[in-house]
Amino acid sequence: MISGKVQVDINNIMGRKKKNIFFLGIVIALSVITVIPIILILGQIIIKGIGQINFNFFVQTSPDSLQAMTAIANNQTIPGGIANGITGTLLIVIVSCMMAIPLGIMIGIYLYENQARKYSNFIRNITEILQGVPSIVLGIISYLWIVKNITHGFSAFAGSVSLAIMMLPLIIRSTEETMKMIPNEIREAAFAMGAPYHKVIFRVLIPSGFSGLSTGILLSISRILGETAPLMMTALGSSVINYNISLPTSAVPLLIWEFYNDPNMISLVWSSALFLMLLVLSLNLLSGRLTANQKTGRKR
Amino acid sequence: MNSDKLTKTILFTASLLVLIISAGIGFSLLEGSMPAFKEFGLKFIITNEWNPREGSEVYGALPFIAGTLITSILALIICLPLAFSTSLFIAEYFRNTRVSNILSSMVDLLAGIPSIIYGLWGFYTLRPFIISLGLSDQGFGIFTSSLILAIMIIPFATSLSTEIISMVPDELKEAAYSLGATRLEVIFYVIVPNARSGIIASYILALGRALGETMAVTMLIGNSNVIPTGLFSTGNTMASIIANQFGEASGLKLSALIAIGLLLFVITGIINSIGKFIIRKFS
Repeated sequence: MISGKVQVDINNIMGRKKKNIFFLGIVIALSVITVIPIILILGQIIIKGIGQINFNFFVQTSPDSLQAMTAIANNQTIPGGIANGITGTLLIVIVSCMMAIPLGIMIGIYLYENQARKYSNFIRNITEILQGVPSIVLGIISYLWIVKNITHGFSAFAGSVSLAIMMLPLIIRSTEETMKMIPNEIREAAFAMGAPYHKVIFRVLIPSGFSGLSTGILLSISRILGETAPLMMTALGSSVINYNISLPTSAVPLLIWEFYNDPNMISLVWSSALFLMLLVLSLNLLSGRLTANQKTGRKR
Repeated sequence: MNSDKLTKTILFTASLLVLIISAGIGFSLLEGSMPAFKEFGLKFIITNEWNPREGSEVYGALPFIAGTLITSILALIICLPLAFSTSLFIAEYFRNTRVSNILSSMVDLLAGIPSIIYGLWGFYTLRPFIISLGLSDQGFGIFTSSLILAIMIIPFATSLSTEIISMVPDELKEAAYSLGATRLEVIFYVIVPNARSGIIASYILALGRALGETMAVTMLIGNSNVIPTGLFSTGNTMASIIANQFGEASGLKLSALIAIGLLLFVITGIINSIGKFIIRKFS
């Protein structure tokens, strides 16, 4: 692999040692610089956001600009919360999951069972391309497909479709990877007992790959939770709690965007951002724990 | 046996859906952008004007293509030394130590933070900082957006190159050490040449990420529909113009925005395919 001539001035030992240490210093310094933004972002959002988090924050809908303005003028905390966003995010994400998870697992299992086929490779490539599609393009697509043709207006369902297309490649991939880790003997044993194919899938493959599958699912959910751009073009937002998937619906990131555009709502911006960040990061941590358990052996 | 066939058919049909969705995306984008391309032809890509006033409507994508490419490439340049150092720190210098575990999980945290939160942080912290340095009056612009983009793509560039650097066989490194090489020489004459293609691929994939980022850039770039003239001038990217104007667009303007979406889809597709191709070819 190594090409070209390597020329080192062997006699200049002191110089080489100095260079060596100098470079180590640079690496450490730049690594520290990389960490600084993480600490700053987390720290600032926690410090600025914690003040507004109270019980009402989770159960009341978002205030309008006037309410916020009066509260600020009277030196109170802004009334209201993000309940419409939390319920909207739940609704949109659950509907996305209902579409993307079964489909993704089926496709992942198909790819695993037909690994060597040219067609499978083709599907794999297409999935990778799908994974790279910017979320805003998926927003356009869902607008063209769902908003214009199916719900004839902005709707939670349109938001779910754009997020489901985002989730799908991640789930396909994690399912295939998980299936590869299941020992082939287990599958063969099941087939040898005469179990029909669908039973092998539901009783053997999915249960034995359960922790891997749930890791993939949690990671994909954590990726779509914070998505804002596609929802702006599909779910639009709403100031009331809405459980009808054919109506405009709010979501936590959409509320952050609304608060950001309204100078009176600044303190709500930070608390909503804190809430969203904690949600996403705890899902990430949870999936990390699952992976760790998987590696150290299953708890049975 | 019959039920097995049915199960197989169902699985196969599911896999067809990936094809249908992808083909549908391409088709719908093409169909939606047809009016714009009919009106302006391929000049749409090189026209430097965005004028939505009725009667004299002219739409061109050049300012946004330029904005996207400039911010993304600048972000990549900023991210490069940081991500490279971090992956050397994790995979070589402090391999398998506690410090490197902490560092790598912190970098992973970065990947989990939503784009809009980066935007908020950039708006309320980074922007005032840039103003206080006297670099620009408003703090918006190409440089601020690139800085945020760089932070956002660090985890993607780092995690893949860390993996590849840690896969370089120990025997090769030991052989170099036994010849009296210093660690720096081992890095540049053994590790980098061996991991070169993987490292390059990880940066290309990170670039693909940067191209499609929307919210953070929208909040920081200043949203002016001109070709950026300098590091601190404002601009707009393909993603940010769509995010800003899609809501109130209709007719020819909507079609022009969809056409920009199509271009973005094609550009990111090409960049990602190159990255994946390099990984597959050399690993």
